[in-house]
Amino acid sequence: MSTHHDPHQPQTHTGHDHDPNEQDVHDTLNHIVSPVIYIVVGAALLVLTGLTVLAATFELGPWNPVIALFIACLKATIVVLFFMHVKYSSKLTKLTVGAGLFTFLTLLAMTLSDYASRAWGRW
Amino acid sequence: MTVHGGTSDQPVVHGAHAEHEHPPYQRHHFESMEQQVDATSFAMWLFLLTEIMFFGGLFTAYLIFRNWYYPAFVAGSHQLSILWGTLNTGVLITSSFTMAMGVWCAEVRRKGGLVLCLVLTFVLGIVFLGIKTIEYSEKIEKHHVPGFHYSLKSFTDPQSDPEVYKDYRDKALAPDMARHTEVYFSLYFAMTGMHALHMIIGIAILGFMIYKAQAGAYTTGHITFVENFGLYWHSVDIIWIFLFPLLYLISRHS
Amino acid sequence: MSSSTIVSLPDQSTARVPKVNFLTKENGLLSWLLTGDHKRIATLYLISITFFFAIGGVLAGLIRLELLTPQSDLMATDTYNKVFTMHGVIMIFLFLVPSVPATLGNFLIPIMIGAKDLALPKINLLSWYLYVVGGILVLYTMVSGGVDTGWTFTTPLSTHYLNTNVLSTGLAIFVAGFSSIFTGLNFLVTIHKMRAPGMTWFRLPLFVWANYAASILMVLGTPVLAIAIVLVALERTIGIGVFDPAKGGDPLLFQHLFWFYSHPAVYIMILPGMGVISEVISTFSRKRVFGYTAVAFSSVAIAVFGFFVWEHHMFIMGVSNYSTLVFSLLTMLVAVPSAIKIFNWSFTLYKGSITFETPMLYAFGFMGLFTIGGLTGVFLASTGTDIHLTETYFIVAHFHFVMVGGMLMAFLAGIHFWWPKWTGRMYPEKISQLAALVTFIGFNFTFFPQFIVGTLGMPRRYAAYPAEFQVLNVFSTAGATILGVGYLLPILYLTWSLKYGEIAGSNPWQATGLEWQIQSPPLTENFTEIPIVDHDAYDYEWLERKEKEVPSVG
Repeated sequence: MSTHHDPHQPQTHTGHDHDPNEQDVHDTLNHIVSPVIYIVVGAALLVLTGLTVLAATFELGPWNPVIALFIACLKATIVVLFFMHVKYSSKLTKLTVGAGLFTFLTLLAMTLSDYASRAWGRW
Repeated sequence: MTVHGGTSDQPVVHGAHAEHEHPPYQRHHFESMEQQVDATSFAMWLFLLTEIMFFGGLFTAYLIFRNWYYPAFVAGSHQLSILWGTLNTGVLITSSFTMAMGVWCAEVRRKGGLVLCLVLTFVLGIVFLGIKTIEYSEKIEKHHVPGFHYSLKSFTDPQSDPEVYKDYRDKALAPDMARHTEVYFSLYFAMTGMHALHMIIGIAILGFMIYKAQAGAYTTGHITFVENFGLYWHSVDIIWIFLFPLLYLISRHS
Repeated sequence: MSSSTIVSLPDQSTARVPKVNFLTKENGLLSWLLTGDHKRIATLYLISITFFFAIGGVLAGLIRLELLTPQSDLMATDTYNKVFTMHGVIMIFLFLVPSVPATLGNFLIPIMIGAKDLALPKINLLSWYLYVVGGILVLYTMVSGGVDTGWTFTTPLSTHYLNTNVLSTGLAIFVAGFSSIFTGLNFLVTIHKMRAPGMTWFRLPLFVWANYAASILMVLGTPVLAIAIVLVALERTIGIGVFDPAKGGDPLLFQHLFWFYSHPAVYIMILPGMGVISEVISTFSRKRVFGYTAVAFSSVAIAVFGFFVWEHHMFIMGVSNYSTLVFSLLTMLVAVPSAIKIFNWSFTLYKGSITFETPMLYAFGFMGLFTIGGLTGVFLASTGTDIHLTETYFIVAHFHFVMVGGMLMAFLAGIHFWWPKWTGRMYPEKISQLAALVTFIGFNFTFFPQFIVGTLGMPRRYAAYPAEFQVLNVFSTAGATILGVGYLLPILYLTWSLKYGEIAGSNPWQATGLEWQIQSPPLTENFTEIPIVDHDAYDYEWLERKEKEVPSVG
């Protein structure tokens, strides 16, 4: 955040406290993602889906759900980064996604902490 | 500071669009298109955060009950068709691809391409819902809908359900564990139902967008609506990416 | 500078309220019902929440009337349950949650940051309509027999054991919740993206920081309440079983989901009030807020930490001892940022030029009463004492001290402080100071005895109680009557002032802040030119220099 804002300079845009050359502040079209990337990501998603189903057919004990969730997280990540352009978005957008994820994980982890310490796997 | 508010009762009137040049689709309370695009995009992301937290509650409930009633969840999951589930996942992923391509077409101002992509996304969405309807009607036939003559027969007597039995040879569940399959199906219907509702809303908006796209509304440089809708569509896809393994792939080794 | 007051009004014989302003810009019902102007929407909200506050207040009166005698003799116990449930639902969801954000926040935030409106004016209007729909659904519930679950809808009582209007109330709260989400969303986008040139984050008024923090909570917390309500509705209608032990469900799951929102909700309610207090204390001690950065960051810290403590509402419900340990510790920690604010406000007052206009009286009331309420919260954070005090009148007193002694006083402080800006007219100072005093006295008489009866063991939500508690209950009801008068007075004299109040001019308080640099009431577009900001918040030297150049009075 720049603190050397010259109030006498003509203002071409507003609400700014950053160096106009800083790239990762705006979400406006600085970057058009190429269709090639979409094709690669789309194909990867389909392959990963097949992988998930394949892995499910093997008996891997507690590792089955771990692998399934890991692959799901991988798929979600590439959708967020490439299809939803977060890789090319402002720091604010990345922070926002992170905040949402963090809050969801808080809900999950802290609620489970209650169940884990009194009623885990038994009823 | 240069503010001329004062107590004058002669306000400065902005003459039509003579004093400031801005595109017709820029709203007057924004100082620039850049600000408008930034603001509406950020607003869409914040709305998606509410969706994460909304579904988050359901995922939390799911994890607790799966931990408590694992055998019931296994038996319930075996009742779902991996074929339909995988197919639907493929359909949704493809629709995400076509949606992303649609955004690209809008960015490079290809009206024909945009309309095609939106139509494909629309069709794939309908296909998804069609497959879901098939799955739901199977569940209705077998009386696996909680609250509507829910039947425990497939779980207390697996051999009475030859389709599923031949693949998994499940042991019969004790009556109380068999009753817990109703919790599994409650979560199944709540989560996929809520997801399907979001799909329906998305498809409706797609219909509206196809009409506007055909009229050239999104290929003159003002693409925020398409872009922001794309964000919504991808997040609905992401929710399904998690629903699929969690609901369909519980102990599916034969 | 004059003696006992800083008020600086234009010459009353010649001054007029500006002919063109946001109130007069367009006429007709539709221009109000279809407006995008944040100031008009704020006005619509102010009228609506006052209406529901009045209903909630009448219900409070009925509660206190019943509790005059130890027997349940004024109304049947079932009816009493309905009365306190509706009192809670209305006061929390239809009054406290939207109070400062939807009225003062909507009105002030764009002006304070130098913008022409909020980022999403249509969403803002939608937010008000959702509020109205929620309110109508609550009214429908009331006339069709009410609901008696308590505002907390604890399962399995609400899902299995009652035949009252849980569904319509749930729907009302669901809809009102979206109203809140959209308000918060709008504020976050506006504050991030529409600040005027030079308005950096650390030049923002602390009122903006406070509403920013509350908005984070609105956006992230409210959806979890929404899903909790949906699950209760499904449980009630088709019996899905997620909260029913007989079907293997867990009633505590509802409470986890419910309190995950409802604890941050209390911070949604109090943070904007704290923002008001920062503005008022600075103005009426003519001093910049001590430790601006600490106060700004403490608002965000309260918001973040507020998400980690919800289980302290469930200590006696059967949760594990290990989790109570963790949540108890975290709850003690969340008190720290609030305390930081109290310290900073105190240091702001120290060596300030303090005057006692009505907003300042309410602010003093806030500081004392919120501190007491907050400290009693620490007693409740400790699991050992909580087991004894929870579900007694100690809890009732605790949350009324922070919500009524704290938040409602802050709301009144804000309404009085910005009334001149909103309407162009001053409220009558003497009677409003009297009303503030009456409120303070009435409040203490009403709620302090409740700490005592609570500690002695009187349970909450009971229409009947042991005879030995009657004396204190009579005190409490007497206080409530005085309190009622204290709240009625502003409604009367503020309405009076719309026609007969003194003309305020643009800066009657000689306050800093962009809102005081424009006319009262403001133009629809707020500014004729977007300002360029070159000074910090609460910079009284800047104000003095500017006054010498361009006197803003008259």
